[in-house]
Amino acid sequence: MLSYPTVRTSLIFLAIALVGLLFADIAITANNPWRDLGNFFLGVLTPNFFSSEGLLTALLRTVAFAFVGVTVGGVCGFFLALVYRFLPVRVFCAFIRAIHELFWALIFLQFFGFHPLTGVLAIAIPYSGIFAKVYSEILEEADPEPGRLLPPGTGTIAAFLYTRIPDCWVQLRTYTAYRLECGLRSSAILGFVGLPTLGFYLETSFSQGMYSDAGAMLILFYVLIATIPLWVRPKLLPVYIVGAPFFLGDGLPIVWGNVERFFTEDIVPSPLRDGEGLAGLLPWLNELMIEQALPGIWNTVVLTQIALVATGILTLLAFPLISNHFGGPIRRTSGHIFLVIARSTPEYILAYILLQLWGPSMLPAVVALALHNGGIIGHLIGRQTNTIRLRSDAPKGFNRYSWELVPRIYRSFLAFLFYRWEIIMRETAILGILGIYTLGFYVDSAIQSIRFDQAMVLILITAMLNIGVDILGRYIRRKLALQTMPTC
Amino acid sequence: MAGFDLSGLTASFGGERVIGPLTLKVKEGDQVALVGKSGAGKSTLIRLIHQRVDGQSSLVPQELGLVNALPVFHNVFMGQLDKHATWYNTVTLVRPFKQDRKQVLELLDALRMSEKLWIPTASLSGGQRQRVAIARALYRNAPVLLADEPISALDGPMAHHVMQLLRDRFKTSVIALHDVEMAMKYCNRIVGIQNGQVALDEPTDQLAAADIMSLY
Repeated sequence: MLSYPTVRTSLIFLAIALVGLLFADIAITANNPWRDLGNFFLGVLTPNFFSSEGLLTALLRTVAFAFVGVTVGGVCGFFLALVYRFLPVRVFCAFIRAIHELFWALIFLQFFGFHPLTGVLAIAIPYSGIFAKVYSEILEEADPEPGRLLPPGTGTIAAFLYTRIPDCWVQLRTYTAYRLECGLRSSAILGFVGLPTLGFYLETSFSQGMYSDAGAMLILFYVLIATIPLWVRPKLLPVYIVGAPFFLGDGLPIVWGNVERFFTEDIVPSPLRDGEGLAGLLPWLNELMIEQALPGIWNTVVLTQIALVATGILTLLAFPLISNHFGGPIRRTSGHIFLVIARSTPEYILAYILLQLWGPSMLPAVVALALHNGGIIGHLIGRQTNTIRLRSDAPKGFNRYSWELVPRIYRSFLAFLFYRWEIIMRETAILGILGIYTLGFYVDSAIQSIRFDQAMVLILITAMLNIGVDILGRYIRRKLALQTMPTC
Repeated sequence: MAGFDLSGLTASFGGERVIGPLTLKVKEGDQVALVGKSGAGKSTLIRLIHQRVDGQSSLVPQELGLVNALPVFHNVFMGQLDKHATWYNTVTLVRPFKQDRKQVLELLDALRMSEKLWIPTASLSGGQRQRVAIARALYRNAPVLLADEPISALDGPMAHHVMQLLRDRFKTSVIALHDVEMAMKYCNRIVGIQNGQVALDEPTDQLAAADIMSLY
């Protein structure tokens, strides 16, 4: 077994995670975590949909921000995809997508304030980078032959419209729909930094112990996501896209003086601002690195590695739940519901809830990341096993799992896992805002104490870390010859 | 440009020469059948000619090169994208103009598949797909036809019908065929390819089927 590169790689990652556990802060610090968890589930079972009108408004705003953000991101991303072969464009896109939506929101909040533009840009900017990358990959997959057969003198646009777009249309549409679902999740969590979406409502209900209100919100959110195929119809799309900007709410007006001050003063490193010049810059950077960046990086990496392996383990445990090689329809239906809930809940919301219940440590973050990502990959792998046809005398039970299925799906399982490595790290960094000492914690603290110059450096470092992991993940996938479709 | 005179045609795959160097002169009115064993280099030669005449030809490649998601109409219309402005082509993508619909329909009628006009090519059978590629070449209406096994998926009567059509519509053509009988019947010149070289080049009326068989 050890001669397989895939097995060796898995064991190395498992070992790293186990060593990480020695250093990680894993604990339940709440006084009575199980009672709180029980109260919470009771709240979900007894949802209160009518406590205030706030809930419906929050739902409407969530949908509106998602539509406007994803539309703007999709259009920009499409045009970027057309010029994606140029290195500066690729670097630019990698950079803007390496910064999480919430970080973008925190930045824009500082100078646009609670204006709808903050929420729209927070979604549109990173999504442009993601769309550009995936759209360009999809367009590259198009069959080049019809293009070669066109009569010479055919215009570039006509050639593109006739030979490229139709060939990838289905994939472009599927991916955009998937991104819209992600957009709804992103939009919901923007509420945690104060925008008028579901996250805001959830945080308010939670902090007041109104679990039934929070439960109602979660249920509505699942229904919203699960019914996407019903209410997002090609014919209705133009209506949504044109209508959504009118439902973003008014927010507060933009003070342009703030915008100017942010760029000309706030984000200039303080030694430069105070006229200490370059001589003061080095100690400033040094202090920032030692006191904030390095601990932040260390915790982010440790948590990411533990969460990655936990995601893998959960995936391997969860995929049989929906695989039709095991059990009966009842178990599969409940398996589907479990996986749908796990993957529809943004990891940020899961982490927030678990953190409220178990108290601050890395544990809620690990569990939240593993549940969400394990739900996504488990669903994909489970579906994949349904296309496998076993011989009729294949073993049953655990032997079927370990001898017939796992060996067959292990490569695509690893491919998905390494594909999501960068995503897990992005999320890990952002969970710091909730009080876990990852990079997001230091960014958030710097912003709270109006040290925007430091916050910007820390965000840059986070982006670099993400880009680094993305490159490493791609390298490993290439080394092991693993392939994935981008829709994951 | 109706005929062409190409010399120094060569092609290599992975450092190994598969074609040439060979010279091929085709006059206006030549209807050439390329014959030879599979792997002799017929397809490569067709591609080479297509490149050397700068695409000034109606090409039917073996892989057909259809855009599967588009209906038959648009796949055929693609043969004349260069004749119209971009806005015209874009509008056609959404809603084709009447005169174009009529022209394409007539062509499909000649190929006996007019009822498939709005069907996506992905859902057609192999023979129907081949006829769509042929319709595109006919619609393109270039002075020279280059076709690589254009009737390989067609049944007997349809194969004869299509070869007849190609002979009538294109004065000058180079068609790779593995069916010697078809080659003798519908082409006026036979070029045999063996090991990437021209092993035979005669007018059809001076050849017997047995002469060609020596190539196989």
